Amino acid sequence: MTQTAERPETEQENPSKTRLVVVGNGMSGARALEEILARGGGDTFAIEVFGDEPYGNYNRILLSEVLANAAGEAVDNEDADGEDELYLNPLDWYDENGITLHAGVRIVRIDRHAKVVYGDDGSVTPYDTLVLATGSRSFFPPMEGMWASKTELTPGVFGFRSLDDATSMLAHIAGDAAQRSSTLEKEHRTAVVIGGGLLGLEAAAGLQAHGVAVHVVHPTEVLMNQQLEAEASKVLRSKLEDMGMHLHLGVKTNEILTDEGRVSGVRFTDGSDLACDMVVVTAGIRPNIGLAMVSGLETQRAIVVDDKLRSVDDDSIFVVGECAQHRGEVYGVVGPLWEQAAVLADVVTGSNPHAEYHGSRLATKLKVAGVDVAQMGVKVPERSSDEFVQFSETGRGVYQTVVIRDGTLIGATLVGDVSKVAALTQAFDSRSALPEERIKLLFDLGSAADAASAADLPDDTQICNCNGVSKGDLVACVHDGAESVSACMAATRAGKGCGSCKGLVKEVVEAALGGAGAEDPAEHYYVPGIPLDKPTLMAEIRSRGLKSVSSVFAELAPDGKDHVGSKMGLTALLRMMWPDDHVDERDGRFINDRVHANIQRDGTFSVVPRMSGGVTSPDQLRRIADVADKHEIPMVKLTGGQRIDLLGVPKEKLQEVWADLDMPSGWAYGKSFRTVKTCVGTDFCRFGLGDSTTLGIDMEERYKGIEGPAKMKLAVSGCPRNCAESMVKDVGLVAIEGGQWQIYVGGAAGATIRKGDILATVDSHDEALRITGRFLQYYRENANWLERTYDFVPRMGLDHLIGVIVDDAEGIADELDARMQETVDRYADPWATDQTEATPGQFHDALPLVPLPQVPIRTSSSREGVSS
Amino acid sequence: MSSTEEAVEARLGPVDQIPVGEGRAFLVGDEPVAVFRPRSGGLHALRAICPHRGGPLADGLVDGEVVMCPLHNHQFSLVDGSCATGADDVAAYTATEEDGELVVRLG
Repeated sequence: MTQTAERPETEQENPSKTRLVVVGNGMSGARALEEILARGGGDTFAIEVFGDEPYGNYNRILLSEVLANAAGEAVDNEDADGEDELYLNPLDWYDENGITLHAGVRIVRIDRHAKVVYGDDGSVTPYDTLVLATGSRSFFPPMEGMWASKTELTPGVFGFRSLDDATSMLAHIAGDAAQRSSTLEKEHRTAVVIGGGLLGLEAAAGLQAHGVAVHVVHPTEVLMNQQLEAEASKVLRSKLEDMGMHLHLGVKTNEILTDEGRVSGVRFTDGSDLACDMVVVTAGIRPNIGLAMVSGLETQRAIVVDDKLRSVDDDSIFVVGECAQHRGEVYGVVGPLWEQAAVLADVVTGSNPHAEYHGSRLATKLKVAGVDVAQMGVKVPERSSDEFVQFSETGRGVYQTVVIRDGTLIGATLVGDVSKVAALTQAFDSRSALPEERIKLLFDLGSAADAASAADLPDDTQICNCNGVSKGDLVACVHDGAESVSACMAATRAGKGCGSCKGLVKEVVEAALGGAGAEDPAEHYYVPGIPLDKPTLMAEIRSRGLKSVSSVFAELAPDGKDHVGSKMGLTALLRMMWPDDHVDERDGRFINDRVHANIQRDGTFSVVPRMSGGVTSPDQLRRIADVADKHEIPMVKLTGGQRIDLLGVPKEKLQEVWADLDMPSGWAYGKSFRTVKTCVGTDFCRFGLGDSTTLGIDMEERYKGIEGPAKMKLAVSGCPRNCAESMVKDVGLVAIEGGQWQIYVGGAAGATIRKGDILATVDSHDEALRITGRFLQYYRENANWLERTYDFVPRMGLDHLIGVIVDDAEGIADELDARMQETVDRYADPWATDQTEATPGQFHDALPLVPLPQVPIRTSSSREGVSS
Repeated sequence: MSSTEEAVEARLGPVDQIPVGEGRAFLVGDEPVAVFRPRSGGLHALRAICPHRGGPLADGLVDGEVVMCPLHNHQFSLVDGSCATGADDVAAYTATEEDGELVVRLG
């Protein structure tokens, strides 16, 4: 069977040809060859192929059909030639393409310095370029009774990986039975399949087609758990059971029982036995990486390759298929192998030397024991913001789900009815827009109704509820020549209030523009006046050493012009980047930040002193009352952040009010760390598990006034009753039993409502402070201007945030902590520092001597306090 | 409005009382006037009250071309008071520097 391994004729004829050697003649090796030939590689390469299975390459996906097929002729090499679709390429194909096939020769070592490969037949074959496509093999878990010898499985035990496996199984069922008496034949009619994954179920179905009683043993409750989540698996399970398959779920096999050296049954870990006369092991696959290991190539789970599918150690060695590990992923289905083969061929032949493989999105469609199953992307929602659409009709055995993130399809599972798989696959691959009614993905996709939702709204529908902008206003704006969403927003101020309507504004404008409209680069700018995104802007600022807003405009803005809507964002950015030595240009600040108070509708200001953790004292309250009396404060109000607000203070009285209060600023005016709301915690509450009050006070004292891209509101609750509403805060902590704190991030209960995600569960007060600070610093450095944490957290992805902040996956935790510490150390109370004017007329009233639209003054009625 | 009144001129003291890049409010006759001193140079005067909801324009952020009202972010041209964001225009006046002194002329 082994063909000669002497110098191939092709090379003798064309000594100038580059020598290409392919190790492995399975699907990926063959596919790589086809792709190389399709790019004219036959003319430039002398190609030799080694395959240790003595056949031409065949389609492994069809192995289950071989098994299910009662007629076993396909096994015979001669019969299969040219006809059976099992073989991807018959032996003739190699001759026709001038390829030398060494079938049945196993390559045992690569000498990378001499650039030769050694075969187990003693051959030595030189190469210029080597392709490893060694594939994978069945994994046999260590188990008593599995092996008859070091290399031989116990008779009756089978893998299900190669053509030999399939044919031996068939022989075992048919051949043996024919030679035996009818009573013995009965004994050969029970099979146990260990492993209820895709391959196992296919093997089970194949055996069942031969009338064999099949028992599938699977260690978890979820069949095909690589592809399916629990609900989908349940539907599949009941279908399989209806077909008479015996399923043993959540059960492990401990031992294979033998009788006279042959399989007689299996024993489970609970001690029970099941009699059978054959065992098929489909407990997973392992990449064949032995050759690569002995030859000194980097291997982890498989052979590690770069984006050009080269071994990271050797530019002359390419790796493709199940034995390749790319960016941490090892693929075991065909789609990715095809994609890899194409890239490999591009690079190897030089037809596109810059081609790169960037990983594959997995989509599988298959028939498991007659049940249609399709799966792509994620199985279940992974973030609280992911949309999950689920349809279940168990009577008919139909189960369908889709998972959507940020308007894009990221996963779908279809069991029983896969009629929508084509449309879903398209939406999955192209990340295209999805129908507003998500259920149309499963039942009505492709109708003309796409993108109809925004277009169908009547013109007088109010889109922006803050600024009263209707759909008609936006459409008129487009008709007047606005060409982008940001232009329409600027002209109408739609979306410029609370911002929660931005998505709808975008839809309306894009519909009016006729489809998606032009990609609006301004969307990615940190501030509108400088055409750079935040990372680029920060890099430029750092490399040029720009420490003032005016210098940033001068160097980075178009024509060096300053821009009113960009000043505040730049001021905040520079204060974050250069806590020590930014140049303080007061004109870059919003009025609130110039005078450290929040401007009100009549031009007066509100004054909120810091009251850390919402804890005050009679002395403070007396002082506040005195100030309110002395300055005739029109309104004294409790805030949502557990403090006291003095409203209606004229600008020129601010310094005096601060001095009389003799309390520090509460920063109730900035894009900054605001308050930490707390409950009474362990001091008084009979339910308290953690000292939330102390932690809240310490947190506020530590991070007070820290500026960021948007305001930061925090809370600490002393037990899961969550009285401080920690789950809807930018950072919210909850004490849980065991002295631990859960840290939620990205929550909101304002213009947007979002439940925070758990970033970490920590063991101590100090760790809670540290992780909170690290998160806030990462947010400060990476969030866009005015991007609240409820947008930031889903944009970055919770997994990423956990990686960076908790697990220190990027190794920057210490730096984040240090930069936060620097900011904390530089803190100065603005009410104290600005007791002397920082700029001329800083506290001069801006509306002199004119009666203003006054805020009505309420007379306070004394009421009994209501405790919450 | 004030444009129909006879021209009023006021000398308002040193220009330096307005920090560069900011605005300050003054009373010129009965008219509240916000005077701006952008970083790009020059002096500009507008009626000090935003026609939208009465916001104090002198407290607004300024660039070389517009002032942005601090209440609802309406923007007005420093040169002619025209609004680019959908509110009414605001009256524009003339501000100049004479011997280091700020001079505002209405009408």
